[in-house]
Amino acid sequence: MMHAEMLPAWAALLTALLVLIGAGLTLFGAIGTLRFATFFERVHAPTLGTSWGTGAIVLGSIVCFSVLGSRLVVHEILIGVFITVTTPVTLMLLARAVLYRDRTEGNAGVPARLASRREQQGRTEAEDGDGDAR
Amino acid sequence: MSRVLPYPLLTASLIVMWMMLNAFSLGHFLLGAVVAILAGRAMAALQPSKPKLRRWQLIPFLIGIVLLDILRSNIAVASIILQGRRRERVAGFVAIPLDLRDRTGLAVLACIVTSTPGTAWIEYGADSGVLLIHVLDLVDEEAWVTLIKTRYEAMLMEIFE
Repeated sequence: MMHAEMLPAWAALLTALLVLIGAGLTLFGAIGTLRFATFFERVHAPTLGTSWGTGAIVLGSIVCFSVLGSRLVVHEILIGVFITVTTPVTLMLLARAVLYRDRTEGNAGVPARLASRREQQGRTEAEDGDGDAR
Repeated sequence: MSRVLPYPLLTASLIVMWMMLNAFSLGHFLLGAVVAILAGRAMAALQPSKPKLRRWQLIPFLIGIVLLDILRSNIAVASIILQGRRRERVAGFVAIPLDLRDRTGLAVLACIVTSTPGTAWIEYGADSGVLLIHVLDLVDEEAWVTLIKTRYEAMLMEIFE
C-alpha cells in the first residue's frame, strides 16, 4: 500500500492545485444553478462541473497516483470520456421537456417550433403559389 | 474480417479500455480481446449505422481545439456567475442551419456543444437541418452561427462525410 507522505512536494502541490481548481469550478457551477433566473440559463451552470471541473480533478488524480505508483495511471481518463459522452443525453431530455412545456403553455421567450421543410414549402405555395421559393 | 470483427474500431477501443482498467499485460490483452470480440458481435446484432471515418488524422486536432475552447468558456461562465447581477447580460436562442447530416457527426457535435459551458443543445430538426442552441452570453447571433459552422461543423464534415 502506498502512502500519501511519500508524494514529493511538487507532485503534492500540483495535485492540490488541480483538485482545488476542479472543486472550485464545480462549486461555481452549483452557485450558478442557484443564482440564474430561468431554466435555460440554469442548464449552463452544471456544465462547469461536468467539463473542466471533472477534468481538473481527473488530472490531479492521474498526477498523484502516477507519481506514487511510479507508472502512468490513465484509467481516470475514461471517467472524463464517459461523462462527456453521457451529459448530452440528460441535457437534451431536460431541455426538450421544458421546451415542450413552454410551447404548450404558451410561455414567452421560447422560439416557435422549427418548421419542417415540407411545411415551409406548403406555406409558400399557399401564400404566392410559387413552390420553389424556398 | 467483417464476420469475426464487425466493428474493428469498437473492438480495439474496448481492448484499450480493458487494459486501462486492469493492467497493460499479455494476459489482460488476451482476456480483453475475448470480451471485446464478443461485445463487437453483440453490437452487430443491434445493427446500428456504421460510421465511416474519412480523415481520422483530424481527430486529435479536433480534440485539442475543443478542450481549449471548453477551458476558455469555463473561465467565461465562472466569471459570469461570480459577477452576478452587476453585469448586463443577454441570454438567448440561436438557430443554426447545419449542412452536417451524418448521425455520428451530429452526435459528436452534440457532445461538443453540451460540454462547452455557455452553450446548450436544445433542438435539432432532422428534416430541416436547423439546430437550436441556447447561449448564456449572447452578444452577436451571427458570430455564433459562423463559430459553430466554421470551427466545428467544417471539421466534422471532413472527418465523417
